[in-house]
Amino acid sequence: MIHVGLNHFLIVSAILFSFGIFGIVTRKNAVMVLMGIELILNAANINFVAFARYGNLGYNGQVMALFIIILAAAEAAIALAIVLNVYKNFSNVNVDEIDNLKE
Amino acid sequence: MTESSLIQLSVVLLFLPLFGFTLTLFFGKKIKGMFWFENFVIFLGLVGSIVLAYHKLSFFNHEITGEFTWIDLKSFSFLGAIKIELGILIDNISVIMLVTVYIISFVVHVFSIDYMKGDKRYNRYFAYLGIFTFSMNGIVLTHNFLMMYIFWELVGLSSYLLIGFWFEKKSASDAAKKAFIVNRIGDIGMLIGILMIFTNYHTFTFDKIFLAISNGHLPFDSGFWLTVVGILLFCGAVGKSAQFPLHVWLPDAMEGPTPVSALIHAATMVAAGVYFITRIFPILSGDALFVIAIIGALSAFIPATIALTQNDIKKVLAYSTISQLGYMIMALGVGAYTFAFFHLITHAFFKACLFLGSGSVIHSMHHEQDIRNMGGLRKKMPLTYYTFLVASLALSGIPLTSGFLSKDGILAGSYAFASITGHWLFPIVGFLVAILTAFYMFRLIILTFHGKPRDQHKYEHAKESKFAMAMPLVVLSTLSLFIWFTPNPFNPEAGWVLSSWVKTPELSTPEASRYAFMQKDSVVEPGGKEAGVEEPEMIYSSAYTEAMHHAHIPAMILSLLMAISGIVLAFLFYQYKKLDIDKIKEKFKPLYNLSYNKWYFDEIYQATFVAGTIRISRLLAWFDNKVVDGIVNGSATVTKWFSNFSGTFDNVIVDGIVNFMAYLSGILGLIFRKFQTGKVQTYIVLVIFSIVILLFLFKPF
Repeated sequence: MIHVGLNHFLIVSAILFSFGIFGIVTRKNAVMVLMGIELILNAANINFVAFARYGNLGYNGQVMALFIIILAAAEAAIALAIVLNVYKNFSNVNVDEIDNLKE
Repeated sequence: MTESSLIQLSVVLLFLPLFGFTLTLFFGKKIKGMFWFENFVIFLGLVGSIVLAYHKLSFFNHEITGEFTWIDLKSFSFLGAIKIELGILIDNISVIMLVTVYIISFVVHVFSIDYMKGDKRYNRYFAYLGIFTFSMNGIVLTHNFLMMYIFWELVGLSSYLLIGFWFEKKSASDAAKKAFIVNRIGDIGMLIGILMIFTNYHTFTFDKIFLAISNGHLPFDSGFWLTVVGILLFCGAVGKSAQFPLHVWLPDAMEGPTPVSALIHAATMVAAGVYFITRIFPILSGDALFVIAIIGALSAFIPATIALTQNDIKKVLAYSTISQLGYMIMALGVGAYTFAFFHLITHAFFKACLFLGSGSVIHSMHHEQDIRNMGGLRKKMPLTYYTFLVASLALSGIPLTSGFLSKDGILAGSYAFASITGHWLFPIVGFLVAILTAFYMFRLIILTFHGKPRDQHKYEHAKESKFAMAMPLVVLSTLSLFIWFTPNPFNPEAGWVLSSWVKTPELSTPEASRYAFMQKDSVVEPGGKEAGVEEPEMIYSSAYTEAMHHAHIPAMILSLLMAISGIVLAFLFYQYKKLDIDKIKEKFKPLYNLSYNKWYFDEIYQATFVAGTIRISRLLAWFDNKVVDGIVNGSATVTKWFSNFSGTFDNVIVDGIVNFMAYLSGILGLIFRKFQTGKVQTYIVLVIFSIVILLFLFKPF
């Protein structure tokens, strides 16, 4: 029987974080980028909860995870609104084409 | 009329011709008839001047001055208070001179109407006549040296304009320049004299200076400087009155239109010099007067000999003018003040008449001036002939003319002077010139009017001038008769001019510096004079009055003899050909050449002063080119070299550093530009890589 410990959680979290980064960097679509950000936030959540269980954070970790969930919801709402506006202005949501500030 | 209204009238008379000049000059191009206006203005002036003269001579015995302060330098610590005053002096000689100027000016204006007809600068010519009259009036009316000098220069200017009126001709523009430059030489002396006087007396006004001198305040406290000042002032008159050695400009000035010669070079401008000497006569010391007399005698003699052989009708008259002016200057020098002024007036009339007569001849001969091509014109131009004859008689000093009276006075004056001081050369020169004058004038008349015509073609075209040209001749020849000046044709002193109008002024010079005969009699003879018996007026001293009294009769007889013998000689030579002129020419070849070539004055001046000036100019030009320019160019080269160095330093080193910095920034910019893609995802990758690198570097765990 494999004992599930802190390291497993951290590895899952790291994998999730890496997927998130990968999603942000490789996707053109802004919505997909947002989803990558979501993944990163959730990786952090897993870390907080894992440290709350195995470390000495206590319930602080749980509460922090709840905050992050709420924050992610708010972030998603605002970010999607921005994406909608971006689509209105540029007729697409490709992040690499939205480079008006470059020059 | 009151004094102030006389002053006002004279101010109006002074500025009238200027008014005419200004309007004629500015509107002459637009309005063709503008010259009538100028003529009218001068006519008004003539009437006004006669009114002025009448009132002054009849009702006022004293001098009238009107003056105002022009410049008031109140506080000059090192000079004291200085007031520069301008003003008008109306006395007998100035009003007589004013009338003379206006009469001559008016007849010349009238004469010019026809003479200058068809000239392309017709109205401008009249304008110039106007400004000339204005400047001459200024000289006549002024009461101070400053105004005298200003108008003196204005006369120079207007003579320049008029001599060079036909400036397209090279000879005319050269003559104008010559007149101006030669005049300047004299004017320098005059200016220095005036400044010396101003330095000493802090005023320009004649009266104040005369008063100061008679109170014993001499320039630089010495009689020597008084003489120097007198001679320096006389320099101005030498230039303007064309006296030896500055006489060379006047014959050349005949390049101007002939009426101009009548106005300027016979009657008025050259009279300015003589007039100036009569003005400053009271401050001339005996030595200065002696210099003046010598210059006058030379100027009377030399041009008279030149006039004998000249073939240009105007040149003969020009030299005769110089000679007559020399007479006047000599008369002033020997103390015959009144006769000098008298001769100035009479000469103005008959010399203007002669010049206008020659103008009439030249006009009808189609600008032929050589008397060798004339002859026989008497029948064609009777009016011109007779007026010319009258004026020539006056110039030669034949009784019943004004010239006889004044010339006799001058000769008597020099005779009296010689009998007192023993300088017999003056009367000898005077009488010699009298015979020469009569000779050359009648040579001129015979060659021009008598005999057979030598140029048949021109003779046939000649005709008597029209009224506008003939009238002035008649007026002027009438004015050359004795009746205008005295009722007795043999005694000039019986006339009103000399007996009551013109008086020898009281001398201001100290007694010791005068001629001996000008010193007041030390012993006043007691008694002997009965009350009520009018004594003849005493001039200078009783000895002089006595000598003058005795001189009159011999001088008169001698001068008459001289004049008649001159005329007879001229007739023998040229009319009856009893004496062969060519033989005499051959016999006295050197003398003839000397006279014909005008004593080589022009050549001498050319060789000495003109060539000298040119040589000095060349030397200065060489100095400028080589030395001054060399220094300038040298410093320019050094500056250029230094600038080159500094430029290179700037370009290479300073700019190099700056450019290098810019280049460096550019390179860095190029490098960092690569990272700034504008794509968020790239940034994120970079951030993550950096974080990973930082983590490895700092190992926080």
